Amino acid sequence: MTEAILVLEDGRTFRGEAYGTVGTTVGEAVFATGMTGYQETLTDPSYAGQIVTMTAPHVGNTGVNGEDDESRRMWVAGFVVRDPARRPANWRATGSLDDELRAQGVVGISGIDTRALTRHLRERGAMRAGISSETTDADALLARVRAAEGMVGADLAPQVSTPEPYVVPAVGDKRFTIAALDLGIKTATPRHLAELGVETHVLPSTATAADLLEHGPDGVFLSNGPGDPAAADYAVAAVRGVLDAGRPLFGICFGNQILGRALGLGTYKLRFGHRGLNQPVLDRVSGTVRVTSHNHGFAVDAPLDRATGTPYGRVEVSHVGLNDDVVEGLRLLDAPAFSVQFHPESAAGPHDAAPLFGRFVDLMESVRDGGPAVSPATTVEHSSGERA
Amino acid sequence: MPKRTDISHVLVIGSGPILIGQAAEFDYSGTQACRVLRSEGLRVSLVNSNPATIMTDPEVADATYIEPLTPEFVERVIAKERPDALLATLGGQTALNIAIGLYENGTLQRYGVRLIGADVDAINRGEDRQMFKDIVRSIGADAPRSRVCSTVEEALETAAEVGYPVVIRPSFTMGGLGSGFATDEPMLRRMASHGLADSPVHTVLVEESVLGWKEYELELMRDRSDNVVVICSIENVDAMGVHTGDSVTVAPAMTLTDVEYQRMRDVGIAVLREVGVDTGGCNIQFAVNPADGRLVVIEMNPRVSRSSALASKATGFPIAKIAAKLAIGYTLDEITNDITGVTPASFEPALDYVVVKIPRFAFEKFPGADPRLTTTMKSVGEVMAMGRNFPEALGKAMRSTETKVAGFWTGQPDGRSAAELLEALRTPVDGRLYTAEAALAAGSTVEQVAEASGFDPWFVDQVALVREVAAEVRDAPALTPELLRRAKRHGLSDRQVAALRPELAGEDGVRSLRWRLGIRPVFKTVDTCAAEFAARTPYHYSSYDEETEVEPREKPAVLILGSGPNRIGQGIEFDYSCVHAVMALQDAGYEAVMVNCNPETVSTDYDTADRLYFEPLTFEDVLEVVEAERAAGPVAGVVCTLGGQTPLGLAQRLKDAGVPVLGTSPEAIDDAEDRGAFSRVLADAGLLAPKHGTATTFAEAREIAAGIGYPVLVRPSYVLGGRGMEIVYDDATLEAYIAKATDVSPAHPVLVDRFLEDAVEIDVDALYDGAELYLGGVMEHIEEAGIHSGDSACALPPITLGSADLAGIRTATEALAARIGVRGLMNVQYALKDDVLYVLEANPRASRTVPFVSKATAVQLAKAAARIAVGESIADLRAAGVLPATGDGTDLPEDAPIAVKEAVLPFHRFRTVEGHGVDTVLSPEMKSTGEVMGLDDGFGTAFAKSQAAAYGSLPTSGAVFVSVANRDKRAAVFPVKRLADLGFRVLATAGTARVLRRNGVACEVVGKYSEGPGNVVERIQAGDVDIVVNTPFGSPGNSGPRLDGYEIRTAAVAAGIPCITTVQGLAAAVQGIEALLRGGLGVRSLQEVHAGLAAALAPRP
Repeated sequence: MTEAILVLEDGRTFRGEAYGTVGTTVGEAVFATGMTGYQETLTDPSYAGQIVTMTAPHVGNTGVNGEDDESRRMWVAGFVVRDPARRPANWRATGSLDDELRAQGVVGISGIDTRALTRHLRERGAMRAGISSETTDADALLARVRAAEGMVGADLAPQVSTPEPYVVPAVGDKRFTIAALDLGIKTATPRHLAELGVETHVLPSTATAADLLEHGPDGVFLSNGPGDPAAADYAVAAVRGVLDAGRPLFGICFGNQILGRALGLGTYKLRFGHRGLNQPVLDRVSGTVRVTSHNHGFAVDAPLDRATGTPYGRVEVSHVGLNDDVVEGLRLLDAPAFSVQFHPESAAGPHDAAPLFGRFVDLMESVRDGGPAVSPATTVEHSSGERA
Repeated sequence: MPKRTDISHVLVIGSGPILIGQAAEFDYSGTQACRVLRSEGLRVSLVNSNPATIMTDPEVADATYIEPLTPEFVERVIAKERPDALLATLGGQTALNIAIGLYENGTLQRYGVRLIGADVDAINRGEDRQMFKDIVRSIGADAPRSRVCSTVEEALETAAEVGYPVVIRPSFTMGGLGSGFATDEPMLRRMASHGLADSPVHTVLVEESVLGWKEYELELMRDRSDNVVVICSIENVDAMGVHTGDSVTVAPAMTLTDVEYQRMRDVGIAVLREVGVDTGGCNIQFAVNPADGRLVVIEMNPRVSRSSALASKATGFPIAKIAAKLAIGYTLDEITNDITGVTPASFEPALDYVVVKIPRFAFEKFPGADPRLTTTMKSVGEVMAMGRNFPEALGKAMRSTETKVAGFWTGQPDGRSAAELLEALRTPVDGRLYTAEAALAAGSTVEQVAEASGFDPWFVDQVALVREVAAEVRDAPALTPELLRRAKRHGLSDRQVAALRPELAGEDGVRSLRWRLGIRPVFKTVDTCAAEFAARTPYHYSSYDEETEVEPREKPAVLILGSGPNRIGQGIEFDYSCVHAVMALQDAGYEAVMVNCNPETVSTDYDTADRLYFEPLTFEDVLEVVEAERAAGPVAGVVCTLGGQTPLGLAQRLKDAGVPVLGTSPEAIDDAEDRGAFSRVLADAGLLAPKHGTATTFAEAREIAAGIGYPVLVRPSYVLGGRGMEIVYDDATLEAYIAKATDVSPAHPVLVDRFLEDAVEIDVDALYDGAELYLGGVMEHIEEAGIHSGDSACALPPITLGSADLAGIRTATEALAARIGVRGLMNVQYALKDDVLYVLEANPRASRTVPFVSKATAVQLAKAAARIAVGESIADLRAAGVLPATGDGTDLPEDAPIAVKEAVLPFHRFRTVEGHGVDTVLSPEMKSTGEVMGLDDGFGTAFAKSQAAAYGSLPTSGAVFVSVANRDKRAAVFPVKRLADLGFRVLATAGTARVLRRNGVACEVVGKYSEGPGNVVERIQAGDVDIVVNTPFGSPGNSGPRLDGYEIRTAAVAAGIPCITTVQGLAAAVQGIEALLRGGLGVRSLQEVHAGLAAALAPRP
């Protein structure tokens, strides 16, 4: 077995064994608490630039298959697991995870106390880290880690976005056409929309408002993605153009942050972020709690107790994370736009929030039929589910 | 949504006696529910017939009724208490069935009682198999093809349609009672007819077999705002075909992709909504075809279940507690997660460890019972273990089970060939993981083992990994620190390492090497959230990882060692004593630290003790906990005397390792267990024991028997629950016994005692502090000596003993306690024959009867014992109010109510390989799984209640069948005559009939089973008999009178009618029947009873 080390920027070092590709990597160390879905996690573009620690000890049990990738490749900067599977065991498996990590050049480490690492990150925050299976010299690796760029100010969407536009057709009759700004989109998103009769035109992250609106779409979608939303002014500008045009708009994750910034709200970095499949989110309109899939290190800064005035009318916080009261969704009261910080497309994760795609479709339908050009449902103030 | 305002008084129904399939987990859930409801300001009334529970402690509810769990008695409680709501989803199938009964007979409506948690329609939708399948299909999910059948013919037709093998599942039974696989028509015929009889609604489901598919369970919760969360996924290592209670299971699921898991979750949630469980927990079982992933829903329990207890312990999410809050109107987001203290309960736990559960069986108690595992649950208990990976959790779980082997390589090598082992793996039995390992060792591949066993290849590969690590350990030139650490990280115990490296001087040698190298476990925390948030609850498990999470503390700690897996002879009663010790030590200013590995208990609830270590009760694991706690702060010592034989067996080694052992010293414990030492104690005390001797060969045994005279009682030394005891009447049987007892050796001799026929057996629980004796209670057995005390019914206060007898018992007990050196509890069994008191056994530890005595006398003996262990005297405890100021358990007032304890036996769950019932005769070997208490003013009424609670009401009219051994004929005449006078028709076998007629009892002669058509077995099956009296005679074997008796008794058990096997039991039954005929069995709360006792015992001015 080959030795490997993991060094955090504050100097804490873990020693384990090489996993995946033998090499050296640096990135932002984060932890993900999902107990399933490592294949989706590894191929989720939102994890670009991050060294992902899986808190679930056994990883790789079901191997990899040709169906569950969320994008064209793995994006994580590094992968940390405690007990890698020695063989895949699943009827859909086409290969082992270890082989796939090697094939895709992902450097990993195994056999370390991932819980100790997680507790460290929880207390001190996500931070830069490096993994190496080429050297066991922690000091040398630490120097490289400290020389690396941090996540704040990182503009990563262009690195993961599609270079060329492409179209995901509707399943069955096409009812709507939308333009999706690919900031790191997962394949599950257009798939969900397609099942509702939506044809999705996926455009690169650098697409302008004019590009997005070019073919007169029924709506515009802002995808999830990696990096600091404060570094993606191009996307903010594009969203403002869409809002000016009054087109129905729906954003997820990074898209939520971009919408927030387009409305003039701030964004900030969470200490260690939300990365898991078990996060309770209150839908303040319906009063129900959904168990949702999360993957975000940044969040929107908006008051929970009242609507906020913006150049596009009032916006309110439609969803709140119940663990820590983080803003998990925005809804414009005077314009047809809404967004959520979590992942209704799941993959990995529970499907509780999937009806939000239906809400987007309803919004497009309402606008097309000349109905009120505002986000669906009543306002938080009128709902029965408001929390004190 | 806040708490409902329309409820102020809730009646909670418990689950009754511990049975296979319905065990201590419902004490855990019921206790949690009662505490939650009371903390919300509601009045709580409780009915449960099981005195050995924490939930029936008088402090847990406002009014506690230890009364039979039948609709009739619960109705009386409702009439008296007038609750406005009934919570029945936390008391297992028993409570649910009573709720349905009370709904259907109009009681709930008549008294304006609402069912909370689940309504009757939802219960029916969840439990009625056809309705449930229709629901599954209506939401677009799949279920095995099947039909509900109400006749054997219908079952045969259905099987012809879906093809053999088929599964048979009787409706509305628990623990899979009566269910199984039928591979052909004769088998289906037999199983369907049993199943139709077992089902209270007389229907069975016959369905397509999914034998060999992967099996999963989800535990879900829903609130009244329709928020649903999945608490835990559980994957069975044993494939479909083995009841989940008998399967090795793992949490979380290990071999599902997210796509498959989420599909299962979606289906589970949709089923829950469609069934309409309003609020609370439910459990849904799935099968997945390993070849193509086809997912089918198998069944659901619309209530808290055994699996929910496991899921609660596995995740730290207290399902029962939350279910109780949801039932009174809260929503999940309004309830705080206790563990983090800041996040809400509306989330799904994330685990960063692996949990393994292994069932514990008791086949050795039921000779002839079919050991194959099927869809009828047969295990009597279980262990759970946690580790940071599967091998670690598996290793810990395997050594937690306390069977003869403690993990791979600790037993005899399996000499079979690879082919034989693979063939053996095809039949599910206990311990198949050992066979899987042996097959790998014999050269089989992972694929071969997976195919033969039905285990997922991933699990087999993990076993192969452990094997590879073991091979490295065994073959390395020297055991390097790296290799030893690697072994420990893969769950190998010091004992296993020692078995692989004989030169290391055994387990102790491995430990000293390991300690010298600094290879020690750390303790991680169960926090529900994979470390995302800080946990404030010290619920720990060990792992060979890097960082420990045990917090320092200042208060001195006392460790209480629990009793491990429930088994026959060591069950919930010991957990009760441990939990009481926790409370008592907390009151005395100590930090109570619990160590146990049984997920079904109150003691392993994270908020019972100050700290909980979910660890195997082996010397190695306990010592590491002690060391971890010593590093955290002062440790006053370890209590080993409350958890039964398991911790008792560790006492001496812990003491030798320098750990302070509190209470009775290990040397004293040894004195009481060692025959020779105990004889000297008796001689010193001037007490008599039945004549006895110790033998290691048949020749020696025969000589001893000749000296003391037959009958003799033979048994191995050092046993709990009478393992392997028999009463022997002749040389031939004695020879057979010795031949059968393969473990006999000079180190493990056989004890041969004179058997005192017709003696009264007496059980005593007492406290001793070195100076004063507190006689907690004297129990008189209803059956004569020779029936294991755990299986015998008994009465307290003793019903036939005089004050001279009691004085003699007091003197003897005090002398024993003083000479043994007891500091705490002691249990003594006496036999009284011809006014001579013989000491049968003395055990310086908490006994099985402690909770019964505590409830009958209103004195908490285990609490007092724990305080004596930390140095307080009985006088101190009297002053502190823990014990009464004056008097003791023999000073009960003349009009004190009589408490009768009755044992509950699991015979109906076992069948022989040929499909027949197992014999139901009581013997010196304990066979009962649980007990009930009947409490009333007189013996007759109390006994009648105990029978109603254990088996259903005694009949008050009809026919009694009598067939008794010659030696019992004289004694049987009077009670049988009394039954005839009360209007019973009497049926008897020829010999018995002759004696009865001569004594003026008219009776009809019925043929023995061996006498062909029209025999008694047929009459019982035809429903012509309401009560059977049959005392066994003849030697065990396959012919003659013994076999006749066997057929009669098994027929009675199958027909569900009382079967009395002793004359004393008959006399008690007659008193009970008389009491029933007088009518008016009332109900009285334990609080009222205790107030009466306290008033009577109060010092008079």
